[in-house]
Amino acid sequence: MGTQLTHDATPAAEGGLLTELPGTLLRLATAGSVDDGKSTLVGRLLYDSKSVLADQLDAVERVSRDRGLESADLALLTDGLRAEREQGITIDVAYRYFATARRAFILADCPGHVQYTRNTVTGASTADAVVLLIDARKGLLEQTRRHLAVASLLRVPHVVVAVNKIDLVDYSAERYAELADDIREAAAALGVPDIRTVPVSALVGDNVVERGSVNTPWYDGPSLLELLEELPTGEDPDAEAFRFPVQVVLRPQGAAVAGGAEEFRDYRGYAGQVAAGVVRVGDPVVVLPSGRRTTVAGIDTADSLQTGTVLAEAFAPQSVTLRLADEIDIARGDLIAAADEAPEVTQDVEGTVAWLSDRPLRPGSRVLLKHTTRTVQAVVRDVVGRLNLDTTALDPAEQLDLNDIGRVTLRLAAPVAAEEYLTSRRTGAFLLIDGQDGGTLAAGMVGDALAAVRCPAQRPGAYTI
Amino acid sequence: MTIDLTTEQTAEQSVGLDDPTVPAHRLSQLEALESEGIHIIREVVAEFERPVLLFSGGKDSVVMLHLATKAFWPAPVPFPVLHVDTGHNFPEVLAYRDATAERLHLRLEVASVQDYLDDGRLRERADGTRNPLQTQPLLDAISGHKFDAVFGGGRRDEEKARAKERVFSLRDEFGQWDPRNQRPELWNLYNGKHRPGEHVRVFPLSNWTELDVWRYIARERIELPGLYYAHEREVFDRDGMLLAVGPYSSPRTDAEAASLRTEQVRYRTVGDMSCTGAVLSDATGVQDVITEVAATRITERGATRADDRISEAAMEDRKKEGYF
Repeated sequence: MGTQLTHDATPAAEGGLLTELPGTLLRLATAGSVDDGKSTLVGRLLYDSKSVLADQLDAVERVSRDRGLESADLALLTDGLRAEREQGITIDVAYRYFATARRAFILADCPGHVQYTRNTVTGASTADAVVLLIDARKGLLEQTRRHLAVASLLRVPHVVVAVNKIDLVDYSAERYAELADDIREAAAALGVPDIRTVPVSALVGDNVVERGSVNTPWYDGPSLLELLEELPTGEDPDAEAFRFPVQVVLRPQGAAVAGGAEEFRDYRGYAGQVAAGVVRVGDPVVVLPSGRRTTVAGIDTADSLQTGTVLAEAFAPQSVTLRLADEIDIARGDLIAAADEAPEVTQDVEGTVAWLSDRPLRPGSRVLLKHTTRTVQAVVRDVVGRLNLDTTALDPAEQLDLNDIGRVTLRLAAPVAAEEYLTSRRTGAFLLIDGQDGGTLAAGMVGDALAAVRCPAQRPGAYTI
Repeated sequence: MTIDLTTEQTAEQSVGLDDPTVPAHRLSQLEALESEGIHIIREVVAEFERPVLLFSGGKDSVVMLHLATKAFWPAPVPFPVLHVDTGHNFPEVLAYRDATAERLHLRLEVASVQDYLDDGRLRERADGTRNPLQTQPLLDAISGHKFDAVFGGGRRDEEKARAKERVFSLRDEFGQWDPRNQRPELWNLYNGKHRPGEHVRVFPLSNWTELDVWRYIARERIELPGLYYAHEREVFDRDGMLLAVGPYSSPRTDAEAASLRTEQVRYRTVGDMSCTGAVLSDATGVQDVITEVAATRITERGATRADDRISEAAMEDRKKEGYF
C-alpha cells in the first residue's frame, strides 16, 4: 500500500509548536483487517505530526524503490525486523510515538493477521483507546466484530472507528451514515463503553488531521486526530476505590544518601504505583491479605522529601511512597486498599484468559499467577469454556489452545486480593507464567470478563463471581 | 520538615492544570513517563538478585540513573553501575561519569575494550570503530558479576528494531536476543522470570522520545556533560558526518584533511569518539536544545552514528549478539 509523501510537504506540527509541553499522554492501539489501509493511516498520523523524519523517509523510499513500488510503503516504517522485511509482513506489535501541541501519543501498532489474539490483547491491555479501521466499501467484517469484542473484553475505555477509503465510495454521506449505524449497533451489542466514528481517507488525508474536508461537507465533526486529542486519558481516579500494591519497602537505616542520611535513619516507607483511586493523608486503609488496619501517615516522593514539602494526596498512576501510622508487617506483594472499599481476599480465582502459549492449557496444569506485585503458585482446576469471538457464545471446551480466549477456575497456593477486572483494570489483571522456563502463558482477567461481551446490560461491574 | 497543608504544585503540574484537557487528578505526559520508569526500576529491584545499570554518561543513561535515585529516595540506589569503555570515549564524559558515581555513592564497574585489545581477546576492526567490540566485554562483565538484570537507556523511538523490543527483554545464556520469540508484555505486569545463566535487559525509557528526554532534563534541571551543548571544536568530514579531531580520530585521507575546520557544534548522542558525529548547532542551553530537537528533520542516530548506517538491520544484528 503506497501513499504520496514528499519531503517538501509541510507537516502540520511544524513551526515550533512541539517545543511547548504536550498536556497529557494517551495510549492507543490500532486494529484493522488486511488491506484496510492501517499502515497508510498510521503513516499519515506520524508524518503529519512530524514524527517521521527525512532520513527515515529516505530509507523507506529507497527500500520501496528496490522492491519496485511506485510510492513509499509506509508499513516499512514500522516493520523493523529483518524477518518482517524479508517476508513483507508485520510480526510483532510496534510502538510508535507522536505528539501534537496538545497531547503526546504512544501508538501500539498491532498486526491484523499474524498472532492475532496475542498482539491485539497485548496492545489493548495498556490502551486508553483503540483506533479501529474499516473499509467503507466492505463495511463491518467478522474481523471487525472480533476487534470490538477484544476491546470490550480488555475494557479499553474508548473505541474510535475510522471509516476509511471514504473517497472510494464517492464520499457518500448515506454510506457513512449506514456504516456508523452498523458500528454503533455492533458496539452496543458487544458492550463497548464508548464508540465514536469518523469518515476518513488515509490516502488523500480527508478528516485525518484537519477537520472540515471539502470532500465531506456533510460531516462537521472533529478530525480523527482532534478526536484523539480530546479523549479523556485512562480511568478517572476520582471514580475508583484506592488500591496500592507494595513494590518495595524503603528503609535507608542510615545508609548513605546524597544528603540527610541522619534525618532518615528511622524512615520506613512503602513504595509503589497507585493502581487505582486517590489516597489522602489520614485516610484509613487495610493491608491485604493480612487484613490489618491503619491510617496513612504521610505520602512521599523524592521531590517532596528533598524540598521539604508535604503532599496531601496521591492518585493513580503516580509512583509514591506511603508511610503508615502503625508499625505492621508489610512486604512486597501486599495490597494497601481503602479500608471501607477493600477487595475480597481469595485462593480461588475464576478468570477469563487469553491463552498465548503453543502448549495447551488443561485442567491440572501447574502455573505461576502474577497479580499486581504478588506471584503465587496456581493449579488449573477447570476449563469452563472457550469464547467464540464470532458469536460471543461460550462454547464447551476441554482445553485452551494458542490464541483461544476462555474461562478457567484456578486454585492458588496463597491468597490474593483479586477483584473483578470489570471493576478495576489494574487490580483485576493477572499473568499466568510457566514455572519451568518462565515464559508468559496467558493474559488473565479476574471474574467473568466475558459478561460484558455477552451481556452488555450487566456493565459495569454488576457481575459477581 | 515543615507542615504545609496545601499540595505543592510543580511547574509541570501547573502547566497541566492550565490545560482544560487535564482534570485535577490526571498526570501530565512527563509525569506519566516518570512514574512508569520509577515503577519499572522498583519492579526490577524487587524481583532480581543482582541488577546493574549501564551508565555511560550519555543523556539517556543519565536520565535513567536520575529516575533510579528518585525511585528509592531517601534510600540509596541499591545497585552498581557498569560502563563499557571503548577506550575511545570523550575524556569529559568519563570525568562526568566518575563524578556522578562518586556523588551518588555508587559502585562503578568498568569493562574495558582496551584490555581486550591489549591481551588479544579482541582485534581492532579495519574501519577503526570500536562500538561493535563492546558486546564481548559487556557479556563477560554480566556473567562475571552474575548480573541478572541489566538496565539500559534504549528508547523505542531510536531505531526500528528497538521499536519492537519489550521493556523486560530476555537474553539467553549467550546474551542473545531472539526478536521472533519475545514474551508478550501485558498491562504493567512485567515478567522477569529467567533460568540460571539467562539475564533480562530492562529499558525503563522505552516509551520516551528524544524530545521527552530533553524536556525532562530541563524540568529536573539535570546536569549533563558539556558536549551536549554548542561549543567550538576542530572537526572534519567523514561519511557525511562531522567527526572531532582527537587522540582517537583524525583525518585519514587527503579529502578528510582538506575538510579540517573549527565549527560550533554539539553532540546529539555520545558514544565512541571515532564513530559519533557532531551536529552544527548554536544551542548553548537546554531550552535551545529543545527548540533545535523539535525542529530537526533527521533522527538522532541517522545524524550521528556511523555504525547504524552499515545496513538496514545493523542494530537488530548487533542486538541479537548481545549488544545494548
